[in-house]
Order: sequence, then structure tokens, then C-alpha cells
Amino acid sequence: MMKRKLLALALSTMLVPVAGTALAQAGKISGDVVKIGVLTDMSGVYADLGGKGSVVAAEMAIEDFKAQFKPKFKIEVVSADHQNKADVGSNKVREWYDTQGVDMVTDVLNSGVAIAVAKVTTEKNKIMINAGAASTRLTNEDCAPKNVVHYVYDTYALANGPVSVMIKQGKDSWFFLTADYAFGHSLEKDATAVVLANGGKVLGGVRHPLNASDFSSFLLQAQASKAKVVALANAGGDTINSIKAANEFGLTKNQSVVGLLTTIIDIHAVGLQATQGMMFTEGFYWNLNSETRDWSRRFFSKHKKMPSMLHAGAYSAITTYLKAVHATGTDDTATVMKKMRETPINDAFAKGGRIREDGRMVHDMYLVEVKKPGESKEPWDYYNIKKVIPAEEAFQPMALSRCPAVKK
Amino acid sequence: MTEIFGVPIQALFGQLMLGLVNGSFYAVLSLGLAVIFGMLNIINFAHGALYMTGAMLAWIGLEYLGIGYWWMLVLAPICVGLIGIAIERLMLQWLYKLDHLYGLLLTFGLALMIEGLFRDLYGVAGQPYSIPEEFAGAFNLGFMFLPKYRAWIIVASLTVCLATWYVIEKTRLGAYLRAATENPKLTQAFGINVPLMVMLTYGFGVGLAGFAGVLAAPASQVGPLMGSNLIIVVFAVVVIGGMGSILGSVVTGLGLGIIEGMTKVFWPEASATVVFMIMAVVLMFRPAGLFGREK
Repeated sequence: MMKRKLLALALSTMLVPVAGTALAQAGKISGDVVKIGVLTDMSGVYADLGGKGSVVAAEMAIEDFKAQFKPKFKIEVVSADHQNKADVGSNKVREWYDTQGVDMVTDVLNSGVAIAVAKVTTEKNKIMINAGAASTRLTNEDCAPKNVVHYVYDTYALANGPVSVMIKQGKDSWFFLTADYAFGHSLEKDATAVVLANGGKVLGGVRHPLNASDFSSFLLQAQASKAKVVALANAGGDTINSIKAANEFGLTKNQSVVGLLTTIIDIHAVGLQATQGMMFTEGFYWNLNSETRDWSRRFFSKHKKMPSMLHAGAYSAITTYLKAVHATGTDDTATVMKKMRETPINDAFAKGGRIREDGRMVHDMYLVEVKKPGESKEPWDYYNIKKVIPAEEAFQPMALSRCPAVKK
Repeated sequence: MTEIFGVPIQALFGQLMLGLVNGSFYAVLSLGLAVIFGMLNIINFAHGALYMTGAMLAWIGLEYLGIGYWWMLVLAPICVGLIGIAIERLMLQWLYKLDHLYGLLLTFGLALMIEGLFRDLYGVAGQPYSIPEEFAGAFNLGFMFLPKYRAWIIVASLTVCLATWYVIEKTRLGAYLRAATENPKLTQAFGINVPLMVMLTYGFGVGLAGFAGVLAAPASQVGPLMGSNLIIVVFAVVVIGGMGSILGSVVTGLGLGIIEGMTKVFWPEASATVVFMIMAVVLMFRPAGLFGREK
């Protein structure tokens, strides 16, 4: 009797892994649960850009997907605060992949964190759809197109839009105010390239520490440079304080200030009085058409703030991923990635978006100009759309790709 | 144009002026810290959070209650002072007999809680607070464009610092305070209510932080992180000036503001560290600080 029990036990333990792999090969979903991880900055300088809003967007994506497709599998969301630290982020994601069965991570703002998480994701052969980090390294030197999609924006797309338009207006001398870390450097480098390519010149720049409490000194130097354009290669609170000080010191009277990574959250925080007339690239605006308005109002009712491009992007990224899982009936990485690359993306965030072979999701971007206080009719009515930048122009052309995995 | 080390002298004057503005904040904040340390022997880590609270209260007053800048410049420091008194009565007073570390840890925890509360309520991007109408515009000084509001910051904070110094050094109340610092038991024996004085001192010290917060509100974004960005520098200022030295903290505050401003011209990347480099050098040669006395 004992022997038979032991034998059965041994057999069953042998059978389980065999059955497991057989099921996966047959295209089933591991554990019948698709688990999505939202890794973001919950408490630091970027928490309003992503943060809780990204979790709200993820919940909305799942709710909408369930209502439309009535999937047989379960969908769960987990979220964590990476505190803008690469080691915290990569450890968390490793834990998610190893012990909690997470299939895909998204948001991942902060380029330093994103590059680290991309490495773990590749090692564990899972999927990362980055909606928040900006560095173009993610689709060039550090590209991993089998596992990583760069979804919303990057430093190339952000710099490209406003720079060429402003130089055409005769604003051809530039001065950079740059956050002194990887993201700022990347943004300054990409913007400088566009300035030079369009026949403009860079008169100088100053690098400030991240989270600087006072910008007046730096702006005085920008003022002394007599450059026609002062470009802010920084983000979040740093951008907000730079714009405020620029107004206070009368810089905006003779020079134009351009925030290279500015979002609607920053404009809302500073107010139209100080930001009117600013031009920059956005990946999303709530008041584009009835579809974006409906979606954004729904988001607003849950989060009490209009969505940033990152929030809308995270919603779209999760929807795209879930649709691919549903269509293929598996959460196997290679199968899902293949399906996502094949399927055009059409939702409230993007129309006719597609994922390129280097992992870049290309979609239309918008060159926006901030309204004057008198032009704004309701709260959050902030932008005039100056130009829709078509997907093919908005992002770095494949010919310039430095991604080793892409065959030329 | 005359130049010094390749920088036009006019730009240099501009930076000096800005250094003075930032130095004014350092002076008011480090003054509060110095008063508290001198009296209570507490290293008040909640100072930055209470400075932020002052700014947030100014914004809340304007946004929800329609109370303008001038009223809030008086009301917010009082509110912050009352919060301080509550903190002192309910928590700090139990720690005086223990090591400094306990007070530091308690106030650090409080700072995190206060910041977390505002972060949860209002997010991190901060709220705009516009400059009061009286100070809109700027003076053209020839070498620079000095916003009127920044000039006001210098005037207001120097006045407060001077008044505090006067009260502590030249009045009877100040004499009691200094006596209670020197020897609390003996002072109590003379019939002076030392615990009351300690409580009021803490309230006053953090009230100064609240005052600096309201002053800062129109000049920067009012957000939960504004205190933690500043407080570490202010601690360095106090250490350089000498813990507990009132005059020391004011003079070093202004001086370091100017040095920091100069660094932003010649070596901007180092502007966040220069204060700490000075601190290291000062500690090596004068461990009690520039104006401090070794006990």
C-alpha cells in the first residue's frame, strides 16, 4: 500500500512539469491569470506624471477589455513604487516575475530605472511596455525588441517637434538649461542635433542639479547669453520652477522659453498666465476629439485630474497587450510580441499606431501651443494644436537606428 | 565690459543679489533651528516640513478662504507655531532627558508624515501662488532686472532676524531664555517657568519656519517636496555657523547664499555640493562651527 502511494506520488510529481510545458506549448495562459505590473514613481518628482494615475488607467483598461471581450482568463494588476531608483525597480520586477507570475510590466517612468528593468525583463523573457521613460537608448544602444516596447514618447520625438518649427520662425540661436543626469543629457543631445540640422546654432548651456530649489541664477545666465530660445531639458518640478522664474525675471519678454518635456500636468500646476504661448510636443491631449474627451472625462471622474500622455499611453499599452493575449490564447512572450507587432493600434490614445522592429511604437504626435488665459473656456482647456506630426516624421527614422538587433 | 574670470561684472552683481535672496531663506530657517537647538537641545528635523506647511497654509488660505498674502504672512506662522506647541507638549517633552538621537528620529518621522499627508492630498507637482499685486514688476538696477518680490524677501527676512536677535540679546525675556538654556534647574529655582519657556521657544522657532514658507510661496511652486529640498542645506548652514549660535546662523546663512550663487556662475554642477564642502572644511578646523563655543 505504502509503496503504491509513493509510486503514485513520484509519478504525479514527474507528470506535473511535463503537463505544464505541454499546456504552455499548446498555447494556454499560465495559471489562467494574466498579471500586469505597474511600476512607477508613487511619491517623488514624477508621481503626478505617472504614479497613481497609471494604476487608475490600468484598471480602466482591464475593465473596458473585460466588458468588450468577455475573456475566460482572469486579469490582475499589481503596482509598486520604484522611488526613482534603478536597483529598487529591478529588484521589484525580478520578484514579480519569479514569485508572483507577472507577465508584463508597464509605466516604468525614469530612464535610469527603465534601462535596468529592461535588462531583467529580457533575462526572464517577459514583456515590458514602457510608457514613461524618455531616453532613446531604450530603442538604440539598449534595445531589446523581443521583450521591450517603447510606447508613448522619447527624447527624439520630444525635441523634434518644437525645434524645427521655431527655427523656421527665425528663432535660430539656442541656450540649454539641462537637468544634470542621463535623461537631461539625452534630451539636450537630441535637441542639439535637431537645432544644428535645421541650420540653427547653440550659444551655450548650463547644467543644474536634479530637483534644484532655485533657478534664478541659471536663468540669469540664459538671459545674458542673448539666445533667442531658452530650452528646458528637464522635467516635472524642475520645469515648473524654471518657467516660473523665467517669468519673474522678465526673460519671456525678449526670449522664448521651450520646455522640451512638458505635459498638461505641468501647465495645470503653473497656470496659463506664466505658460501662455509655450510650444512643445505632446503625445496625447484630452480635448482632441469625442473619443479622447469621453475617455478622459471617465479618467477624470476617478482620478480628479485630466490624464497625462503617460496615463493615456499606459491604458493603450495594456489594452494592446490584452488584445494580443486574447487573440493568441496564450501569454507566451514570443507569440504575444509577434501578434502585437502585426496588429495596428487603434484606440483613444493612438490611431494607426504600429510597433517597429526596434521596439518603438510609432504614432502621431502633436505640436501644441499653450492658450492665453482669455482663450481658455473651461478648466484644463489649455492647448491649441498647431500641427499633427505624422508617425513617420515624429520618431527617429529606422535608417538612423543604433539598435544591434535590427538588421540593416 | 569689465570681466572677472571671463564673467561680465554685471552678471556677477546679479548673482550676488540672488545669492542674498537665497541666503535670506537660509538665515530665517537656520535661525529657527539654532534657537530650538540652543534651548531644547533638539535637532529639529521637522523644520523643512513645517516650512512647507507654512507655504501650503498660505495657499490653502487663498484658495479656500480667500485670505490674501498679507494676512497669511501673519496667520500662517501662528498656525505653524501652534502645531509646533502641540508637537512639543504631546511628544517632544518626553525626550529631553534622552540622547539627541531620539529627538532627531521623532522629528524626522514627523517630517515624513507631514510631507506624506500633503502629498496624498495635493500631489507633488505643487500649486501656483501668484505674487501679491504690490510687488508685481521689477526694479531695473542697470546690471540686472530685480523682481520687486525678491527685494521684499531680503527686507522682510532681515527685519525678522534682527528683531529675533534683539529680543534674545537685549530684553528681559531674552535674558530669561538665555539663563534657562545655560542652567535650567537654577533658573527654575528663581521662579521662572522653564517648561513654559521651552514650549514657547519651540513654537516660535517653527513659527519662523512657517514665516519663511509664506515668503517662499510666491517665489517658487508650493508643493510637499519644497521643504526636504532645502532642509539639508539649512542644516549644513547651522553646523557651519555653530549649533545654537543666533548671530552665527544669520551671518552664515547670508554668506553661504552668496557663495552658492557665485558657484552657480563658475561651476553650476557643484552648486548643490559647495555648502557641504565648506561644512567639511569648517568642521576640520573649528568643530564647534564658526561662531559656536565649545562646551
